[in-house]
Order: sequence, then C-alpha cells, then structure tokens
Amino acid sequence: MDDKPLAIVLFSGTDDKLNAAAVMASGAAALGRPVHIFLQYWGLDAFRSDRIKNDHGLAAEAGVEGKAAVDALRAEGQAPWYETLAMAKELGNVEVQACSLSMDVLRISEDDLDDLVDGTEGVTAFYIAVGDGQILFI
Amino acid sequence: MSDVHTTVDAKGLSCPMPIVKTAQAAKTVPSGELIEVLATDAGSVKDFAAWTRSTGNSMVEQTEDDGVYRFVIKRA
Repeated sequence: MDDKPLAIVLFSGTDDKLNAAAVMASGAAALGRPVHIFLQYWGLDAFRSDRIKNDHGLAAEAGVEGKAAVDALRAEGQAPWYETLAMAKELGNVEVQACSLSMDVLRISEDDLDDLVDGTEGVTAFYIAVGDGQILFI
Repeated sequence: MSDVHTTVDAKGLSCPMPIVKTAQAAKTVPSGELIEVLATDAGSVKDFAAWTRSTGNSMVEQTEDDGVYRFVIKRA
C-alpha cells in the first residue's frame, strides 16, 4: 500500500471537473492513501452551501454532445460529484481545505461553505501537508 | 467454497463506485471472510485486480456472465 498523500488542487468549478476530482479522491481513498484537496477560485465557489447542488455547467470542450452524454449518465442515477466526495471522506482520510486567498478574492467566509470543507489554509500549509506526495491540478 | 459473508451489488454503478462501496464494506468484514462483488463497469476487472493487490486482500474467483462481472475477494 502506498501511503504517500495525494494532493488535488481543485481550481475548476464545472460539474465535470468537480466530478473528476471526486473520482480521483475516492479511488485514492479506497487504496488507503491520504488525500488533501485544496480549493481555489471556481472550485471553491462551487462549495458554497447555497450553490453546491446547482448545475455548474461543463467545461467548454464538452459541447452539445458531451452535455447530452453527461445528462444521460446522470439520468441513469450516477451519483453527483458532492456525494462521491462525501463517500470518499467517509471511506478514508480525505481532507478538504479552502485556499485563504481565494476566500478573500471571492469574499467567502467559512460559514458560507458546505460541511464537506474542513477548514481554510494558505499555500504554505498546503505544501507542508502534502510533503513529497503527488499534486494534481484540476 | 465457504459462504460469502457480504455481497456488494454495484451493478449499474460507474467508476469508482464499485471499488468505493467494496472498500467501505470491507471495513466490516472480518479477516478470512469472503466478499462477493457484482459490477457492470468494464473498468472493474483491472480496478479490482489492482485494489486487491495493493490492499492485501486476495481475489479468489472472477467470472463474467452477460456483462455482469462477479468477483469473490478474501479479506486480508
């Protein structure tokens, strides 16, 4: 078992990229790897408690066909990204931290965020937490 | 073959849910007992091979019938 932490810098706030991050996190959690997710900008914005369940759209390259494919999967009952992430947190050691700079830029306070978010940290604390683990940028 | 302790029905679920649900179920399965997993996700064959290898659980049986994969995993 590889217990080096996996870090995900989640910058993007569209549903496809949020889902990609949730999938990567839960796969690592299933293998027993610690996961540290750092929320920046639009990724952070998607975690506002009053918006988390909204339709956040898809990346520009999805186009009409891509959207139809994603909608079809959803209609078949694929779990939304925030439920996949909640399961990953239940399963293993998955920590979600908000980037303090992004909190300032978007004028978000911790009270505005969903309970999936564990706290706020700066980039230095992020690097210390990750150590020599891998970093994914989504 | 001894009896299955727990069955995880992950049919219709897409990646990574079959693994996530199995990993979750494995927490409550005692060492040496068997977990049966049913999945339709084509990626699950390689995923379960990798997951058992890396977690120390062992793949006891693996079959496919009409698009449904069945894995029997012995808990480490």
